[in-house]
Amino acid sequence: MSSHSADGAVLAAHRISKKVSSPEGSLTILSDVSFLIDPGESVAVVGPSGAGKSTLLALLAGLDLPTDGHVVLNGANLGELDEDGRAQVRAESVGFVFQSFHLVPSLNALENVMLPLELAGASDARNTARNIIEQVGLKDRWSHYPAQLSGGEKQRVAIARAFATEPAVLFADEPTGNLDTRTGATIMELMFDLNKISATTLILVTHNHSLANRCDRVLSLDAGLLVSDTKAAA
Amino acid sequence: MKALKFAFRSFGRELRSGEVVVLLAAVILAVAALTAVGFLTDRIGKAVARQANEVLAADLRLRSQEPIPDSWREMAGDYELRTADMVSFPTVVFAGDESALTSLLAVSNGYPLRGAVRISDALFSEQREADGVPVPGEVWADSALLARLGADVGDRLSVGELELRIGSVVTYRPDQSIGFASLAPTLLMNISDVSASGLIGEGSRVRYALLIAGNEESVTGFNAAIEDELPDSMRLRSAEESSERAYAAADRAKRFLSLTAIISLLLSAVAVAMSARRFAHRRMDTVALMKSLGATQGFVISVAIVQLVMLGVIGVFAGSIVGFAAEEILAWILADIMQGDLPDPGPMPVILASGSAMVLLIGFALPSLIQLRNTPPLRVLRHDAMPPAPSRILVAGLSLAAVAALLYRSVGDPTMLLIVLGGIIVIATALYLVGRGLVALMGRFRSGVGVAWRYGLANVARRGRASAVQVVAFGLGLTVLLLLTLVRTDLLEGWRRTLDENAPNHFLINIQRSETESVTNVFAARGVKPPDFAPLVRARMTLINGVSVKEREYPEADAKWFVNREQNLSWATHLSASNELLEGEWWPPDYDGAPLVSIEEEVAAETGLAIGDRVQFEIAGQLLDAEITSVRRINWDSFMPNFFLVLSPGALDDYPATFIASMRVEDHEKGALVDLVRKHPTISVIDLDSILQQVRGIIEKATMAVQAVFFFTLAAGIAVLFAAVQSTIDERRFESAMLRALGARKRIVFAGIMAEFAALGVAAGVLAAAGASILAAILAVQLFELPYSFNPFLWLVGVAAGLLVVCASGYFAARSAINSAPVDVLRGAPN
Repeated sequence: MSSHSADGAVLAAHRISKKVSSPEGSLTILSDVSFLIDPGESVAVVGPSGAGKSTLLALLAGLDLPTDGHVVLNGANLGELDEDGRAQVRAESVGFVFQSFHLVPSLNALENVMLPLELAGASDARNTARNIIEQVGLKDRWSHYPAQLSGGEKQRVAIARAFATEPAVLFADEPTGNLDTRTGATIMELMFDLNKISATTLILVTHNHSLANRCDRVLSLDAGLLVSDTKAAA
Repeated sequence: MKALKFAFRSFGRELRSGEVVVLLAAVILAVAALTAVGFLTDRIGKAVARQANEVLAADLRLRSQEPIPDSWREMAGDYELRTADMVSFPTVVFAGDESALTSLLAVSNGYPLRGAVRISDALFSEQREADGVPVPGEVWADSALLARLGADVGDRLSVGELELRIGSVVTYRPDQSIGFASLAPTLLMNISDVSASGLIGEGSRVRYALLIAGNEESVTGFNAAIEDELPDSMRLRSAEESSERAYAAADRAKRFLSLTAIISLLLSAVAVAMSARRFAHRRMDTVALMKSLGATQGFVISVAIVQLVMLGVIGVFAGSIVGFAAEEILAWILADIMQGDLPDPGPMPVILASGSAMVLLIGFALPSLIQLRNTPPLRVLRHDAMPPAPSRILVAGLSLAAVAALLYRSVGDPTMLLIVLGGIIVIATALYLVGRGLVALMGRFRSGVGVAWRYGLANVARRGRASAVQVVAFGLGLTVLLLLTLVRTDLLEGWRRTLDENAPNHFLINIQRSETESVTNVFAARGVKPPDFAPLVRARMTLINGVSVKEREYPEADAKWFVNREQNLSWATHLSASNELLEGEWWPPDYDGAPLVSIEEEVAAETGLAIGDRVQFEIAGQLLDAEITSVRRINWDSFMPNFFLVLSPGALDDYPATFIASMRVEDHEKGALVDLVRKHPTISVIDLDSILQQVRGIIEKATMAVQAVFFFTLAAGIAVLFAAVQSTIDERRFESAMLRALGARKRIVFAGIMAEFAALGVAAGVLAAAGASILAAILAVQLFELPYSFNPFLWLVGVAAGLLVVCASGYFAARSAINSAPVDVLRGAPN
């Protein structure tokens, strides 16, 4: 599969599979999935529940390891790294936006945004974080703790946190899943805008087809198989 | 550095968020309890020991047949010790035409260095503490002497060449129990009158003593320094050797206090362990998130350790303040126990308690926190992704090591440490096994009960291992609480019983065989129950297995003194109630064969004498051979006449014997004693009331201290139970939300949870009652040498307490679980 490791791809999945053992025997969640993603591309991963979307996301981000195959993220073969090595790659190249926000409850909004900057060893974490907090429209709420923010505000903080390190790849797992339709739409606008400005590669897991269609490319999964890989109509 | 910054930044917020509060509370409680307990055991232990030292009227007593050279006084001075001199000898004193043999005791200013002399202004009248010693020209006589002389306070007494005024009646000297051998009544006078009396000359039987007292360190230092330099003519006695009774009591008091200290420590440890587990569990989400954002394992663990240390520091600080306040309050409450010049507690208890709390945190919390580093980052996507459980060997090893180290430091008693630690481990294992059995059994009952119980019992069964662990936690907490209750009641009661109100309070000495009947009649005439008489024959040991006692080698140096002194022999048909046969056999009541002898265990150990050895005595110029056939332990608390050497019946029939007796004489019956000494002036009456009061005082003080410490232990125990419930609260919150989402009414869900706690509580209560009974029995018999009586009430209390306490803790903890909005919980309460 070396032909797939073409130079220029920021993220490459090479025949990755994930099997887990269950009381009923071995269960295949993801089967022989391969693709290349270019820098700056926005890619939606769609499919019914249980199709393996979240598992794929976890493997691509190095949160978990495939049973077979390997993932190359921004030039690093994740399979060859230990857990700390993969964490290092994430600190340098990856941002996350989760469905349930996952902010650190003990840190305020600004500190939550500073966290990945500090983990990556950024020199001026506070100012960088302040700037990006302003960009997501939370200038006056930076000192609030997660518990004091609404769902939409929490997701803005999460987005600010994700873009703060100017990651090569941004993973978003159902980012609007816990938000009402209007807030969700605003949040998505914000994400796509920031994506364009920063030329980040976006991997978006979603059920929402209209959202998927706004991406450059749509990967469809079903029962662990990659069933289609289509470029969206311009 | 990054980790440090992050740890500091998030810590304050976490403190406020309440996640750390339970752990912090456990640490604060541990420090407070250990500080207060440490303080109490230390101070009360010293107070008790000092009271026991009163029997010597000093901490050390140096005795000699010759005047004690000044060099010893100077040496004591170098150690900053206080000293007082004593000269004693028998002499005859006169009051008008009456004369009596007296044991004259001349003392210098400062006597007694420990305790106080009590005097009264007339015979058998109200007594008070004496202020100093008799002034020159004055003597204080005891009641027996005054009765014999027919004299009273204010009369004049001829002592040698001096005419001295009787200033007071001596009713009590702290050191009066030493040297029972001095049968004559006491006359106390100022040492400066001795030479003018002209009584000390060639051939007079004078004994000199130097009393020494001071702070513990100096006494120990002095004692060690002179031990080897002591000439043969001098003998050094410490208080410990001098009063078996007071020391038996003081020793037990210390054991009681150490036991409560151990229990507080164990409970604190369990509370810290359980809340640390929950603390670690609650941090998993944050750790997973940080790792998904690129945090390394090193970073995660550094943050955890920094925060643990910060938690420890805050806990120690707050705990020290609470502990210090508690110790001040307790000191104030126990003020009359702490009388005198006891040293201030100083910072030591606080330092030790703080160190202990840190060791507990490291031993019990660190394994869980270290395991956090293995939290899979996948947890941000899949909430069921968990780190592998921490290595059990690591957890058990670290925590056991921590507890054992702390216990050993605070107790310093390996036997007690082993009993308690072993007991706890055995009980924990048994609780776990039985707990699993009960849990499995409960699952079977659920088809026959209502919905709430079915849900509760199903929960117990489904959580198999976790339920069993909870039963262990509840059970252990209850075990120690029950044990403590037992310590407070059964053991203390047992101890008090050994010194019951009817304990003899008078010894009668020097009764001739011909007088026994008349003595009985004197008491009978006053309606007082007459005493039982024990025979006493004075003898010297000459040979052991054919070898002269002077040439024989002994395991301990003290033995030489024992074998060379005059022995008090007795005989008996039956083993005394206050004796316990350890080895060999007691002779049949009708035995009339060759002389046999039974020996006391400590004397046997010191002299190396054992069953089968033959001992020869010289009694009034005649020789008697006897074979050792048994070894006895003596309960010195009994205040019965007891003898190191007891012979078989008939063995001493041919020798001159006197009799001694112990009896109880109430205050209103004291007149009988006056009758007795008037009718039989040669009989000496020794008033034990003050000694009894001394021992009883020690017991009362120790009991009070144990009860004061009990409150801390109780608080620690409740913290454990609460922490046990808290540790399952997240799961319960989720389940209750789920059930309510399915349409269950709050009341049903709540009843279900309470049913579960009730089942767990009963199981834990049953097991705890069993555990506490067994431990208490072992402790009573092995450690406190008290008889243990089975207490069925304990089972009732155990089960009721299990039910009540577990349900109550469960109620408060589960309330919040029930009241959470189902939607928040089911959504995973997004942040």
